[in-house]
Amino acid sequence: GLGLSTMAGRAQADDALEPNSWEDVTSYNNYYEFGTGKGDPADNAHVLTTSPWSVTIDGLVDRPGEYDFKDILSEMTIEERIYRFRCVEAWSMVVPWNGFELSDLLAMAGVQDGAKYVAFETLYRPEEMPGTAYRVLDWPYREGLRLDEAMNPLTLMATGIFGKDLPNQNGAPLRLVVPWKYGFKSIKAIVRITLTDEEPPTSWNMSNGREYGFYSNVNPEVSHPRWSQATERRIGGGLFAKRQPTLMFNGYQDEVAAMYEGMDLRKSF
Amino acid sequence: MRDRLNQSLRHLPTWVVYIVGTLPAPWLFYQGLTGGLGVEPIKALEHEYGELALQLLVFSLAITPLRKFAGINLLKFRRAVGLLCFLYVTCHLMVWLVLDVQIPGQIWADILKRPYITIGMAGFLLLLPLAVTSNNWSIRRLGPLWRKLHRASYVIGLLGAVHFILLVKGVQIEPLIYLALIVGLLLLRLPTGRAASSGRVRRQGV
Repeated sequence: GLGLSTMAGRAQADDALEPNSWEDVTSYNNYYEFGTGKGDPADNAHVLTTSPWSVTIDGLVDRPGEYDFKDILSEMTIEERIYRFRCVEAWSMVVPWNGFELSDLLAMAGVQDGAKYVAFETLYRPEEMPGTAYRVLDWPYREGLRLDEAMNPLTLMATGIFGKDLPNQNGAPLRLVVPWKYGFKSIKAIVRITLTDEEPPTSWNMSNGREYGFYSNVNPEVSHPRWSQATERRIGGGLFAKRQPTLMFNGYQDEVAAMYEGMDLRKSF
Repeated sequence: MRDRLNQSLRHLPTWVVYIVGTLPAPWLFYQGLTGGLGVEPIKALEHEYGELALQLLVFSLAITPLRKFAGINLLKFRRAVGLLCFLYVTCHLMVWLVLDVQIPGQIWADILKRPYITIGMAGFLLLLPLAVTSNNWSIRRLGPLWRKLHRASYVIGLLGAVHFILLVKGVQIEPLIYLALIVGLLLLRLPTGRAASSGRVRRQGV
């Protein structure tokens, strides 16, 4: 609708975000299916087969099924969204994404009344994912959102960056982008989307619930048990890059704060 | 074979070890400045220095078992290895202080509040007296106390490995390998067949 696109337009325009370079965005990644080093995804993910690709949409939807990625694309309008991206490890980037709103995809499947959460799953294909040989996490990688978060106009399903197809290390062919949450919420290489009435289990929360909450909204006032979240370092600034203050909800307070009214963000971190 | 190795080691001057061992410090810094360490050189440099320090720590703890079980004598390089380890721990700490954290108020808070930093800092503080006393004068001056003091390196090894395990996200394999190596090397020091070996060990140093 008109209201929604205005909102997204404002998020995009505010303080004229300067995107990071292609090299920054594609050489410094967390994608543990390909290794725990920041360069491992760029080194290892090229072997991943991303075509053909399909996404199973099931649970509390009117039209459950396996949707071919090409069929999804033909129904969606791709737009550019320049978002801040803030990792839980206290580094950040600005990424020019291309994609469509998750709400449009959910509308395609028809969300039923009882649905309260959306669960996501990453592809688990050990023969193409050397990092899964180690049980760093309980594969497949899982993430989840509350339904209102999923329907928020900022929530994007990305298919590209810089006007090109997503490189494999960035989550090709289809990934989530939730710009007001820590980066690990933005799950990559999605193969399943399930609408449920219960809060779904999520990978980092399962692995260490004390450190990684279900919500994981960017919040400079709630520190990670092992480091402060008050500041961040923008990637690409070189050896003498200064830390900069982290913004509440990563700078998207106007668009998302209302969803968390009345919640104790220290408890629901 | 072993004798020939020991013989060539005897001819290798320690100053070569000092020079070759020091070179990676400025080289890595230069790499960080010029993009050779990737798009986030601060963390990369911190990690490179820290990992080199840990490797030198493992090496220094391996010298006694290497001689005891493999007959390879690297004793004359042990001081150099230890001091190089101290150099890289110091570089690691300086990168953390100056380039990474930057905010002085934050540094003390981190040391107190974050266990992996508390442990890393404890390791550094324990390393200080060892570095200061790694000269012939101190050895003469301190006598038997010197050997006792330098057993702190066992604790430092464990602190270093635990520091690494605690700072990574999730359970990762690499830091666990370091811990296993260090624990293994410490276990090799446990006296076995005490009567047979104690005299020799005491004479030649632990």
